[in-house]
Amino acid sequence: MWQAFVRWFHKWSSPKWFYTMSQPWSFWLGWAATLIIAAALVWGLMFAPVERLQGNSYRIIFIHVPSAFLSQAIYAAIAVLGLVGLVWKMKLAFFVAKQCIPVGASMALLALVTGAIWGKPTWGTWWEWDARLTSMLVLLLLYFGLWALHNAMERPESGDRAAAILALVGVVNLPIIKFSVEWWNTLHQPATLKFTEAPPMHPSMLIPFLMAIVGFYLASMAWVLMRTRLEILQRERKSRWVEDELNRFAEGQ
Amino acid sequence: MGAFDSFSAFLAMGDHGLYVWSAYAVGAAVIAFNVITPRLHRQRLISDHKRRMRREQR
Amino acid sequence: MTFLPLLRSVFRREMQLAYRRRSDLANPLLFFLIVVVLFPLGVTPDMTKLADMAPGVLWVGALLANLLSLDLLFRSDYEDGSLEQMLLASLPPTSLVLCKVWVHWLVTGLPLTIMAPLLSIMLGLPGSALPLLMLTLALGTLSLSLIGSIGAALTVGLQKGGLLLTLLIMPLFVPVIIFGTGAVQAQVAGLPWQAHLAMLAAMTTGSLALSPLLTVAALRIAVGD
Repeated sequence: MWQAFVRWFHKWSSPKWFYTMSQPWSFWLGWAATLIIAAALVWGLMFAPVERLQGNSYRIIFIHVPSAFLSQAIYAAIAVLGLVGLVWKMKLAFFVAKQCIPVGASMALLALVTGAIWGKPTWGTWWEWDARLTSMLVLLLLYFGLWALHNAMERPESGDRAAAILALVGVVNLPIIKFSVEWWNTLHQPATLKFTEAPPMHPSMLIPFLMAIVGFYLASMAWVLMRTRLEILQRERKSRWVEDELNRFAEGQ
Repeated sequence: MGAFDSFSAFLAMGDHGLYVWSAYAVGAAVIAFNVITPRLHRQRLISDHKRRMRREQR
Repeated sequence: MTFLPLLRSVFRREMQLAYRRRSDLANPLLFFLIVVVLFPLGVTPDMTKLADMAPGVLWVGALLANLLSLDLLFRSDYEDGSLEQMLLASLPPTSLVLCKVWVHWLVTGLPLTIMAPLLSIMLGLPGSALPLLMLTLALGTLSLSLIGSIGAALTVGLQKGGLLLTLLIMPLFVPVIIFGTGAVQAQVAGLPWQAHLAMLAAMTTGSLALSPLLTVAALRIAVGD
């Protein structure tokens, strides 16, 4: 049992195996995500009832919360993958971690912008130094730092390991940053209009909301797989099978 | 039409149309970014590969 | 050689090196002075308003000055190859990193702390807040040096590491500046400040425990290539 698991694990650490196996995965995940997101957004935008306090502006929640959730989940994934890469010297984990960065950063940016847009009708201002917006901004900066570190390193291998260390530092710090920002925020502005204690969602809002989260999750996985496959082709371009694969692409074009 | 009386009411979103639709436009832009950049990367890989092949033939 | 004499000799070497580049060491202090002078010029000369901002301005200035000096933490050792020797030496590398960071704090964090009262007078900070300001700065700059050493190690092999270092490390400084200014502001406002100080001390202790390990790991990447 254990040995079977170890063998399975080692198989996945081979870039070629991953490349071949992930192709159908990214395809089907992508389509499932497209359908689920489309259904969730049509439901959320057209059929979910109006919210009593915020009117229709609450409909931003169907993209705001999933993207905020994903941006944090992806950062955690980057740290875990970095640790796996550092401990077991598994380069595939580094490839995946690297390609998680742009997807996670785009999610953080989306959460930030939609949060600001949502803030205008609810708080009356585009930007509020709200604890969650501020920590999301810090998260976006952490993503930019990871990407910049990758790009600055001459050898991609050292970029991988350096970024893994930075991701570990960041993941230890993120809860502290969130905690400190909440502390600071309550000190400065005790009573802003916030919806932290919103009433439990009605199922007609909750179901599309959960569907949107699942859809964003699947879409992010599909995007990361797609990006990782290209990263493999780029980094392993000296190997025979990648050359064959690229020849096949070049002929097909 | 679901929660709305008419299509124009759906577009107006009860005075919040600008906010809702601009948020969704940014969402669409982020999705487009994530779909398009891998495609561009793939094309760059292929053109790099072609250039390398030509150089090796010479 | 046994552990302690070896560590002492490393410490002495670091201090000597620091003394030799003493003109470089003045730069963060001058930078601190300039930042603090720019604030009244840019915002308002009104002393009551400045007094409200003073803890934050002093903290931001000290943080930036500290950040500016971090780039040099490992650079000269990396360039002349002594860093490689140090990682191979019989001394545990974490203790060596701690020694270097400690010296860095002695020659930047501590002078910044000592300079702060002078600048706080220019910003009209009440004198009763001075001891706490200095205590938070002393603790905080040590924490900044420790966290910053990870970034300095990650960027040591790069030509233009300075700006990248800022981008990498600045988000990690957020809790330090919040608890540091928070303590001073709370005291000025007559609120309990002990919790802020305790959190700041916890940050410093935590970074003391964790950051040397990560710094050594990062240095090994730079040296290995």
